[in-house]
Amino acid sequence: MTALALDGVSVRLGGAQVVDRLSCVVEHGEWIALIGPNGAGKTTALRAIAGLVDFEGRISVLEHDARALARNQLARRIALVPQVPLIPGHITVRGYVLLGRTPHLGYFGTERRADQHAVDAALEQLDLVPFAQRRLDTLSGGERQRATLARAIAQDAPVLLLDEPTAALDMGRQQQVLEIVDRLRTERGLTVVSTMHDLTLAGQYAERLLLLDGGRLVAAGNADEVLTRALITEHYGAEVEVVDSPGSGFVVVPVRRTQ
Amino acid sequence: MPAALVFLAAALLVGVLVGPVHLGTVNIVRATFAHVFGLHSPLSGPDDAILWQLRLPRVILAALVGGTLAAAGASYQGVFRNPLADPYLLGAAAGAGLGATLVVAYAPSSGLTGDLLPVAAFVGAASAVVLAYVLGRSAGAAAGPAALVLAGVTITSFLTALQTFVQQQHVDTVQEVYSWLLGRLATSGWRDVGIVLPYAGVAWIVIIAHRRLLDVLAVGDEEAASLGVNVARVRLLVVVAATIATAAAVAVSGLIGFVGIIVPHTIRLVVGGSYRLLLPLSVIVGAGFLVLADVIARTVMSPAELPIGVVTAFFGAPFFAVLLRTSRRTA
Repeated sequence: MTALALDGVSVRLGGAQVVDRLSCVVEHGEWIALIGPNGAGKTTALRAIAGLVDFEGRISVLEHDARALARNQLARRIALVPQVPLIPGHITVRGYVLLGRTPHLGYFGTERRADQHAVDAALEQLDLVPFAQRRLDTLSGGERQRATLARAIAQDAPVLLLDEPTAALDMGRQQQVLEIVDRLRTERGLTVVSTMHDLTLAGQYAERLLLLDGGRLVAAGNADEVLTRALITEHYGAEVEVVDSPGSGFVVVPVRRTQ
Repeated sequence: MPAALVFLAAALLVGVLVGPVHLGTVNIVRATFAHVFGLHSPLSGPDDAILWQLRLPRVILAALVGGTLAAAGASYQGVFRNPLADPYLLGAAAGAGLGATLVVAYAPSSGLTGDLLPVAAFVGAASAVVLAYVLGRSAGAAAGPAALVLAGVTITSFLTALQTFVQQQHVDTVQEVYSWLLGRLATSGWRDVGIVLPYAGVAWIVIIAHRRLLDVLAVGDEEAASLGVNVARVRLLVVVAATIATAAAVAVSGLIGFVGIIVPHTIRLVVGGSYRLLLPLSVIVGAGFLVLADVIARTVMSPAELPIGVVTAFFGAPFFAVLLRTSRRTA
C-alpha cells in the first residue's frame, strides 16, 4: 500500500516558493530521509504533509486525499515530531504523552482505559516508565526527545514525520534515537519520513534519500546513488569525500579547502 | 477538590455571618433552606430581610464574580500561553471604564445605581474585546497569540485615552467614576445576581468543558494543530466565554483586579499546572476568595466600606511580586 503520495506539491511562504512541484511516493513501511542544504524546503515539505501549511498540488495519505480529511482524521494517520518541540514545563511526562491521544477523543471527550493503555505502551517502548511522573522541564535533551517520540507513538498514527530528530543530541543519543525509531518502525509497521542534516546517518538508516535544493527534488535513490561527491558539492557547496566504509555504509567526510 | 469545596462553603458561611446584626449559624442555614424551598423562615422579619435581601445576595454575587474572574484569568493564561494574562488583557476593563464614564458624564441622573451603567459597562467591555480580536486577527493567524495581546494593549490605551478625555471635560464626575473603577459590591441585590448568573453559568460550563483542550494548547499552536485540534476555534470559544462573563461581572461590580491572576497561580503552586484541575478549582477558590475579600472590605473600616478592588489589590500586589521573583528563579 502507498503510505504517502505527493503530486506536484508547491508551497509559497511570504511570497517565496519554498517547495516547488515536489512529487514522490512513499510505500508502507519505508523510511525516507529528506536531505538538502538549509532552506531547501525539507521542513516545509513535512509541514505540508502534516496539513500545517497551505499547498498547491495533491497529497494522498494512505490513499485518501489529505484535503478531504478533517484535522483530527489527518492526525490519526500522521504524527509529527517537530525539530524544536515547545516543552510545557508544568506537565508530567505521562501527561505530555497523553496529549498524543487527542485525535482519538471527541471535542469534549476524556481519555478512556484504551487511551491509558496506549500511553503505558508508548512509555514502555521508549524506556520512559521511570520518568512518567517527572515534570517535563526536569528532563535532559535526549530524554525530552524520547518523550516527544512517545507522544507521537501514543498518537498511534501509521505515518511518522520526524523533523531533524537528532539535531540537538550528542553522537550516542543520535544513534539511540534512530535505533529506537527503526525498532518502532519494524514493530509497529510504521512509515517514517525524516529530515536529516547528518548525511552519513541518513544513509545508514533511511532506505531512500530525497535530495531537495531550492524547493525542488534534485535527486532520489538509495545512499550509493544520492551520496555522491558531485551531488553534495553541487547542492551543499561543500568540499567532501565520500568513503564507502564496510560496516558503516557511505561516510560523508568534509575536506578543508586550504591546508 | 474536596478541600476547595470546604473552603468555598466556609467562605460563604463567614460571608453571611459577619455583619452588625448577629444571626447565628444554624438560623442562617435553616432560613436559607426555607427560602429556597418556600418554607417558613425561623428568623424574625427584620433579621430575615437582612439575611435574604442584604447579605445573601451580596455573598452570592461576590462568589459569582470571584469565580468568573478567576476562571476567566486561568483561561486567558491558557489560550495565550501567558502566565501574566488576566481577564482584562484584551481591553475589557478599559471598555467598561469608558462605558461607565460616558453614562456618568452624559446621563448623570441615572448615576451609579441606575440601570444604564451596567449595560454601558457591559457593552463597552464586550466591544473592546471584539475590537481587539478583530485587530489581532487582521495580523493573520500565523502571528499567533502575541498579536492578540498586542491588539489588546492597543485597544486598552486608545479607550483609556478616550475615557480620560471625557473625564477632563466633566471634572465633576471624576469621583463617581473613580469609585466605580475601584470595584463595589455594596448596592447589590438579587437583581445584580440575576444579571451575572446566566453569563457566569454558561461561561463556567464552556470553560470547564475545554479543560483538556487547554492542556493541548500548551504545546503550541502548530503542535496542537498536528494533534488534530482546531486551535483558532478553541481560542475563540474560550475567549468569548471568558470575556462575556467578565463583562457581566464588571458591569455589576466594577473593576476588581488581581483575582484573575492570584487565584489561578496559587492553585498552580498547590496542584500543578494542568488545566483539568486548574479550571474547576479556579471557579471554586475564586468564588471563596472574593467572598472573604468582601468580608474584609466591609468590616475593617466598619461602618464605612473599603472598595473591594483595594482589598484584592492590597493582598494581590505583594503576592504577585513574590510570584514574579520565584517564576524568574525557576525559568
